[in-house]
Amino acid sequence: MATTTLEPQAGAPAYRRSWVLDWLTTVDHKKIGILYIVNGFLFFFAAGILALVVRSELAVPGLQLVDQDTFNQAFTMHGTIMLFLFIIPTLSGFANYIVPLQLGAPDMAFPRINALSFWLLPLGGILIFSGYLFGGAAAEGWTGYAPLTSDRFSPGTGTDLWIIGLALVGTASILGAVNFITTIFKMRAPGMTLFRMPIFVWTVLVTAVLILLATPVLTAGLIALFIDRNYGGSFFDPSVGGNPILWQHIFWFFGHPEVYIVILPAMGVVSEVLPVFSRKPLFGYKAFVFATIGIGLLSFSVWAHHMFTTGAVFLPFFSFMTALIAIPTGIKMFNWLGTLYRGKLMLTTPMLFALGFISMFLIGGISGVMLASPPIDFHVQDTYFVVAHLHYVFFGGSVFGVFAAAYYWFPKMTGRRLNEPLGKVHFWIHFIGFNLAFFPMHQLGLSGMPRRVADYSPDAGWTYLNLASTVGAFMIAVSVIPFLINVVASLINGEPAGDDPWEGNTLEWATTSPPPPYNFDRLPPVHSERPLFFLTHGHGHVAERPDDLEEHSEDDVERRGGAA
Amino acid sequence: MTAGTTEIRPSGEPHLVETHQTGMPTVMVGMLLFIASEVMFFGGLFATYFNARASVAPEPWEPPPGGELDMALAAVLTAILISSSFTMQFGVWAIRRGDAGKLKMWTGITLALGVLFLAGQLYDYSQLGFGIADGVFGTVFYTLTGFHGAHVFGGAVGLTIILARAMQGQFSGRNHIAVEAVSIYWHFVDVVWIAVFSTIYLLR
Repeated sequence: MATTTLEPQAGAPAYRRSWVLDWLTTVDHKKIGILYIVNGFLFFFAAGILALVVRSELAVPGLQLVDQDTFNQAFTMHGTIMLFLFIIPTLSGFANYIVPLQLGAPDMAFPRINALSFWLLPLGGILIFSGYLFGGAAAEGWTGYAPLTSDRFSPGTGTDLWIIGLALVGTASILGAVNFITTIFKMRAPGMTLFRMPIFVWTVLVTAVLILLATPVLTAGLIALFIDRNYGGSFFDPSVGGNPILWQHIFWFFGHPEVYIVILPAMGVVSEVLPVFSRKPLFGYKAFVFATIGIGLLSFSVWAHHMFTTGAVFLPFFSFMTALIAIPTGIKMFNWLGTLYRGKLMLTTPMLFALGFISMFLIGGISGVMLASPPIDFHVQDTYFVVAHLHYVFFGGSVFGVFAAAYYWFPKMTGRRLNEPLGKVHFWIHFIGFNLAFFPMHQLGLSGMPRRVADYSPDAGWTYLNLASTVGAFMIAVSVIPFLINVVASLINGEPAGDDPWEGNTLEWATTSPPPPYNFDRLPPVHSERPLFFLTHGHGHVAERPDDLEEHSEDDVERRGGAA
Repeated sequence: MTAGTTEIRPSGEPHLVETHQTGMPTVMVGMLLFIASEVMFFGGLFATYFNARASVAPEPWEPPPGGELDMALAAVLTAILISSSFTMQFGVWAIRRGDAGKLKMWTGITLALGVLFLAGQLYDYSQLGFGIADGVFGTVFYTLTGFHGAHVFGGAVGLTIILARAMQGQFSGRNHIAVEAVSIYWHFVDVVWIAVFSTIYLLR
């Protein structure tokens, strides 16, 4: 146990840097976190515009707006950018900002590697987008199935740029994962045992392990694809002994853990927000932790459920393992509902987004279990039913989590509160628009509309549902406007937030808003997973005799802390 | 503003944060995690190798016509790389005793063996008589051995940095975490080569 003095030296010479250079060269996890989030939202808007192109074209039958190739590029870029450059990095950004604070650490374990993993992201994103400048972006769908991606069928430079960009973004993720795991294992405050870590930290830990083990496999696959396209390789070319199905195996061996990489941190955000605004501890903390680990483990044994119709996989095994994931996910639903039950609910904007997450993710989860069943999957494979399912999980789940995190932690990051009425306007337009956009897709898929088509017959009976979906997509776009106004207005003239505007449970609320570069002047004692609650409400016996507490179980401490 | 927040930052008290410094050093944790990701990367490449073998069956698994693997040269290269792991470890043991002179010597020898391996591999490539575009055998052969070679190159860059820092007297018996981390990476690259060699040359 070493003691480190963090007080800035009073006599040190003032170190002056321009504002721009300061942000370009920063290794402070908080500034890097904000860079991640701002970068993520820029890509969100870009990919959102592409989604509007897709939805506008599909609003009515016929090709009005774009040709097929532009359409293919639009949905490919939309999927790739949303997943790899918006959801994952933005949640990483919140983790970057919040995890060291929640652990009571002064920074991440490797601050300079942290900066590197951020700066690879815009570089990768620009490379992926730059396909538009070189004769057209990648147009094979975000899954990039062989042999569509071969140099014979996709000769354009866009696909090569897509490969290189994704490899860079993947490398950024891997370095970030190394950093998160090391930080979580080496930088915890005194008293913070693993089972006293905030639930968000737990979900980030499991996510980082998934990134660490799944993403390199995608990198290997991308390299194989690049060799096939550029050096005459034949990994995926059956005419000389290769195997196109291999790409699907490699992609989904990464791709399914990736689904949990996208959703687990959002679950963590929701599990931070719900207890604070229910005024209760999270119901079943340990069950939640084990469920998270269980999802992480199972995620490596379900990849082939994306490949049921290839005929190349053992259906009963992958169907069974996929259905098994419903169990830890169901446990989490009980955790959340149990937390809400008889809580003193405060319907703030982050709470609304968290409740939106629970309800929308539940729908996505149910359609997911349906798809785990091969007879249903054979019927709806590559239809809009799958599109509906994945958007209920990614958008209804993860993106609601991103906004919950944004509204919840904005006061900590900026020292200003966001405007609540404007936040609620954002939520309701967003929520209604989301359901209008994606719920009709279930019916479209069941009635046979294939995904990734630019046009459909007016006689197919799909017109009105598609039109509704397009209206919903534009509602989502409109909903972002009050959010942006809110952010800008609050930054300029928001109500000062104070250190702890929500009466939070975890250590990030124990420092100033925004925190100083070294994060904490002093750390409160950590005797449970809710050290702040303990500090503010646990006066008397508990606060006076911290040593005495070590002898009691965590639950005992929690009970007495809660009762005080 | 709650009562608790004022309580935890009483003005005038020294600003102290205690940190844990027990267990494995942070740098080693980071390096081992990075190696775990590298294991999965090579796992992906090995998967392509075995998938190709399974796809080619029942045709025999052999180099394209006109080419043949040079077993003898590969065995020599294997011996070179395995010995370099030993010399690396001698260097680590030396600096643990505080012997910076021996560290310089062993790191230099390790680096030379690594460079010799790379040169031997390039010579092998020039003699094989088939290329990466010659069927799936050529593709997986050059990808596996090539990406292993790239990792040897990365390790050699690390060794060069270690050597340069050792020359400046930056390491001591107490302070040599970079040597430990690079040595672990070097052993990992060695183990990967044993797997590559066994898979390509022995498992015919």
